[in-house]
Amino acid sequence: MARTLYEKLWDEHVVASPEGEPTLLYIDLHLVHEVTSPQAFDGLRLNSRQVRRPDRTLATADHNVPTDPISTPVTDPISRRQLEALEENCQEFGITVFPRGHENQGIVHVIGPELGVTQPGMTIVCGDSHTSTHGAFGSLAFGIGTSEVEHVLATQTLPQQKAKTMAVTVNGQTPVGVTAKDIVLAIVAKLGTGGGAGYVLEYRGDAIKQLSMEGRMTVCNMSIEAGARAGLVAVDETTVDYLRGRPGVPSGEEFEQRANRWRGYVSDDDATFDAELVIDASALVPYLTWGTNPAQVVALSGVVPSPDELDDPDQRDAMLRSLAYMDLTPGTPMREIPVDVVFLGSCTNSRIEDLRAGAQIAEGHHVAPNVRALVVPGSHRVKKQAEEEGLDQIFLDAGFEWREPGCSMCLGMNPDQLKAGQRSASTSNRNFEGRQGRGGRTHLVSPVVAVASALLGRFATPDEVSA
Amino acid sequence: MKAVSILEGRGVPLERSDVDTDQIIPSDWLKRVERTGFGRGLFSEWRDDPGFVLNNQSYVGASILVAGPRFGTGSSREHAVWALMDYGFEAVIAPSFGDIFRNNASKQGLVIVQLPQGDVEQLTEMIKQEPTRLIVVDVEHLRVEVPETGWQRDFTLDAMTRERLLNGWDDIGLTMRREKSITTYELTSHAPSLTGIFDAGGHVR
Repeated sequence: MARTLYEKLWDEHVVASPEGEPTLLYIDLHLVHEVTSPQAFDGLRLNSRQVRRPDRTLATADHNVPTDPISTPVTDPISRRQLEALEENCQEFGITVFPRGHENQGIVHVIGPELGVTQPGMTIVCGDSHTSTHGAFGSLAFGIGTSEVEHVLATQTLPQQKAKTMAVTVNGQTPVGVTAKDIVLAIVAKLGTGGGAGYVLEYRGDAIKQLSMEGRMTVCNMSIEAGARAGLVAVDETTVDYLRGRPGVPSGEEFEQRANRWRGYVSDDDATFDAELVIDASALVPYLTWGTNPAQVVALSGVVPSPDELDDPDQRDAMLRSLAYMDLTPGTPMREIPVDVVFLGSCTNSRIEDLRAGAQIAEGHHVAPNVRALVVPGSHRVKKQAEEEGLDQIFLDAGFEWREPGCSMCLGMNPDQLKAGQRSASTSNRNFEGRQGRGGRTHLVSPVVAVASALLGRFATPDEVSA
Repeated sequence: MKAVSILEGRGVPLERSDVDTDQIIPSDWLKRVERTGFGRGLFSEWRDDPGFVLNNQSYVGASILVAGPRFGTGSSREHAVWALMDYGFEAVIAPSFGDIFRNNASKQGLVIVQLPQGDVEQLTEMIKQEPTRLIVVDVEHLRVEVPETGWQRDFTLDAMTRERLLNGWDDIGLTMRREKSITTYELTSHAPSLTGIFDAGGHVR
């Protein structure tokens, strides 16, 4: 019987399927970070349980770490406690961990793929909603809460309800200047924050196939913003080529044999999906969010929307509240809105291609007066590679800050935060009220729009930056 | 986990939709290493406004939160559930919920009741009219009632969630009944582990 990729991944990982109970799925890889794990490890200790498979568990410090030079102490006592707890717990339970300063440390959804530890055909979980990122490799990857983290640590399994499948087909070619980030913003806008609920999305079509692995990761990363359980991209040669030579995969003949198995992680030609969303890539443009949830998207060439456009009174109220929080007036062209802070980073966009694209725009120009712009590479490996390519110097010369790896300004948990009332152009994934700092106003953008906006001091596309 | 069969309490009408988990418990609260004390962080940004519903004296001591659609969207933070329960809520009634939030709630014993929007609006009106009205959430019979007015609606719960609530069952204990199946699966699994990739210091070999 024809199966979608999701169904193949599901079927391969069923441990037990008892009558009247949820299916028990095996978890091939459990990624851990310092925020959602302390109470899980505490729970193990309280119940005298061990980690069942330390060899399937990998930890990194990312959410709380300051992005200041490594020698700078962690001043927040609670952050310090969480970072210490991660190291102590990993030591006690025998888990490989990358603490702040370690050469393999970085944002959890950046390090897995770059180390070649994230591979096709796996089930991958982490106590973080952007775990969907790893689905770019044809793996079933999703976020879990702390109790589930404890459950996976203890049993290496997770009870799961099977989701429905939705094909998100992006046909045609994206115009020049339209990036993976713009594709996923368009998808989230189309589906709405609840439109993917109950579904695992499979991203298909020419525009998706043409994306690099990093582009696919950007798209899969924001699956959760549409309410979906997970996002997937089928395996192809782009996937195999990315993984070849990485630390976590074998070499030579053994690699090629494994790659052959990976190539099977695609949906069958005659498989059917429960739902489909079709998008014409040629109609896409650079986007940004205007409001307080990731589905509130507008073309950068457009204007702040008006509640008058909406029929539903609840939706109108919600829009009014968002506009008030964001201090925006309907009808204002987005290009006339000044920015205070620009953040190039996060698990959505902080990989080497994002930095290259940003540096290309920044080169020879300077950040506008009164704008703070920071670049936070997603991991030490990304940072090192960027420095080998001279990208750091390009950014520094242009007046950007070049910082140490971590989740940084994506969420207000470490020192990188917006002050109340500040407006940001951010390459991250969430623009909820206060997400980047209390009273902060977040607009989600692609890396090239972020850099162009930093240079011009207002929302802008790269073509507006003089040659 | 405490067993739950029938909940009885007053309601709080949170008339907002798309309440994301960053609002339920802001990020800086995620820095705690203990499981307790999160109640003070519940809706902490909104509670700064004296007009916010949780600051309304009429609703103090209420144990059932009634909210708009897509309650609990956003981040996977289970802390959102701990905050609600630590504050004193035993159930949340709304037209729809964020997927991960609903899942997290079921692990902790916070009862999630999904009712059609129109019904939630009726319930909201009833509480606003008379804040002292009791709401009864019956997990056994899957019914919500406001005895004073005779208003009654049925709801659905995933069978396993209902069993867990009624029995106070912990997830790990339930799974370990199937340990043999896990071991059998591991013997035949193709998926590579991390063995041999890193040395004791976490450096690539």
